[in-house]
Amino acid sequence: MITLSHFLILGAILFCISMAGIFINRKNVIILLMAIELMLLAVNINFVAFSYYLNDLSGQIFVFFILTVAAAEAAIGLAILIVLFRNKRTINVDSLDSLKG
Amino acid sequence: MNFEVPNFTPAIPEIFVLSMACIILLLDLFITDKGRILTYILSLATLAVAAVLTITLHTPEAVYTFSGTYVADPMSSLLKVFIYLTAAGVMIYSRDYLLQRDLFKGEFYVLSLFAVLGMMIMVSAHSFITIYLGLELLSLCLYALVALNRDSEVSTEAAMKYFVLGALASGLLLYGMSMIYGMTGSLDITVVGEKIMLADHNNIVLIFGLVFVIIGLAFKLGAVPFHMWIPDVYHGAPTPVTLFIGTAPKIAAFAMVMRLLVEGMQGLHVQWQDMLIILAILSMGIGNIIAIAQGNIKRMLAYSTISHVGFILLGIMTGTTFGYSAAMFYVISYAIMALGGFGMIILLSRQGFEADKIDDFKGLNDRSPWFAFMMMILMFSMAGVPPTLGFYAKLAVLEAVVNAGFIWLAVLAVIFSIIGVFYYLRVIKVMYFDKAEDHHPITAGSDMKIVLSLNSLAVLGLGLFPAGLMALCMTAL
Repeated sequence: MITLSHFLILGAILFCISMAGIFINRKNVIILLMAIELMLLAVNINFVAFSYYLNDLSGQIFVFFILTVAAAEAAIGLAILIVLFRNKRTINVDSLDSLKG
Repeated sequence: MNFEVPNFTPAIPEIFVLSMACIILLLDLFITDKGRILTYILSLATLAVAAVLTITLHTPEAVYTFSGTYVADPMSSLLKVFIYLTAAGVMIYSRDYLLQRDLFKGEFYVLSLFAVLGMMIMVSAHSFITIYLGLELLSLCLYALVALNRDSEVSTEAAMKYFVLGALASGLLLYGMSMIYGMTGSLDITVVGEKIMLADHNNIVLIFGLVFVIIGLAFKLGAVPFHMWIPDVYHGAPTPVTLFIGTAPKIAAFAMVMRLLVEGMQGLHVQWQDMLIILAILSMGIGNIIAIAQGNIKRMLAYSTISHVGFILLGIMTGTTFGYSAAMFYVISYAIMALGGFGMIILLSRQGFEADKIDDFKGLNDRSPWFAFMMMILMFSMAGVPPTLGFYAKLAVLEAVVNAGFIWLAVLAVIFSIIGVFYYLRVIKVMYFDKAEDHHPITAGSDMKIVLSLNSLAVLGLGLFPAGLMALCMTAL
C-alpha cells in the first residue's frame, strides 16, 4: 500500500538531489538548470500527492501553473546561458567569478 | 454547469497595464530607432493612467474577486501607486543612459511594464497561485533585463547568478507552500489563515513549510544569509536595471511578506517572529559592516539595501499593526531614497564612463554644488540623519520594536545604524573635501535633472512633514 508519506519522502529525496546538484556542482551551468527543473518537479509531486489525499483539486491546478512557468523559466535560463557562452566561451560554473568585492 | 462571471472592476489597472504592454510590444516592431521615443512616452503614459485608475477604483474595504484569488484593499492601492511612481522614475532617469549605450530598445520598456504587472499581481494576490504567478512574472522579466546589455561579460554573469538563485528561491518558496497546502487543504490565504489559527502550532510539517516559505521570502528580499546574489546583481547589471531592481520590487516583496506571513500565517506568529529576528540582526550587521569595505558605489548601495531589509523585517517582526505600518513606511521611503541614490550614479555617468566608483564622486561639490547637495540629502537619509525621511522611517520602526517589548533589539539596531553612517558619510566627505579628478560637465537632460532634484527634495520634505505619508500607511492596514 502506497501512502501519502511515501510520496512526500520521494518528493523530499528529489528536492535534496536538486539542492545537492545546485550546491555541489562546480562544472556545468546546464546541470544547474536541470537541478532547478528537478526541484520544481519535486514540488509538483508534493502538490499532487496532497491534492489526491485531501480530495481537493486546487493543488493539481497549481501544478499546471508550475509546469507552465517552469517551461518559461527554462527558456529564459537557456537564453541567458547562450549569451553567457558567447561572452565567456565557457559554461564552467567556476568561471563565473568576475564579480567580486 | 454554471460559470459565474467574475467581477473585473477591481482588476482594471492590471488589465489595462497588460493590454498596454502587449500593444507597446507590437507597436515597437513597426517603429524605427528614431521613433523609439514613442515607446518611452507610451510606457510613461501607461503608468500614469494606471495610477489614475488605481486611485479612482480605490475602496476603503477589501474587495475579493476571481474566486478569492485577487484582492483590492487599501494596502494594495497604496503600494501600487508607489510602484508606478518608482517605475516611472526609473524610466525617466534611464532614458539618456540607454540612448548613449545603444540600449534604447523597446525590450527595456516592455519588460519593465510586464515586471510592473507582476508586482501589481504580487501586491494584490490572495492565493498561493497568484502570489507565485506574480512573483515569476516579475522575476523572469528581471532576469532578462539584467542581461539586457548582452555583449557585457559582467552583465551576463550577473544575470546567470540572479537566475539560478532566483529560481532556487522560487523552488524553496513553492516547497514550503506545498507543505502548508497539505496541512490546511487550501491555497486561499484567508482559509489558510483560519486553518492555521486552529491547527496545532507544533505540527512539524507546518513548521517545516513555514521555514521554507521564510527562506524563499528572505532570498527574494535579500536578507542575510540569503543575500549573496544582491551585490553581484547590483554590480553587474546595467545601472538603470540596478535602479529598477533596487526600488519597486522591494515594495512588492514587502507586500508578499505581508500576505503570506501576516494574513496567511498569523497563527504561527510566535514561530516566525524568532526567525525574522535572526534574519534582521544578521542583515543589519553584515550589511552595514561589509558595506564599509566597498569601493564600488553600486556594491556599497547593495549592502546598504541588505541592511535596510533588516529594518523592514524588524517592523514586520513586531506583529503589531503599528509595526506593519512602520515597515510599510520604511519600504516606501527606501524605494524613494534608492531611486535618488542610483539616479545620481546615472546622472554622473556618460558614454564610456559608468561613475560606479565612490572615487568618481570626488569633488562633486566643485563640479555641481546643487547635485552634491542633493546627494548629501540622499546619503543623510539612508544613514538616518534628521530631518530626512530615512530618520523618520527608522524612528517609526524602532518605536514599534520598543512598544513590542524588544528594547535590546532596538539598541542593537541603533548600534548597527551608527556603524552604517560611516560609509554614507564617506561619500559625502569625498564629494565635499576631495579634489575633483574628472572635470566633465554633467550632461543630463533637464527632465532628468528636475525629476532627480524633486526626488531628493521629496526625501527632505517628507522627512520634515512625515505625518501625511505615515497616516496613509496607518489607514492602509
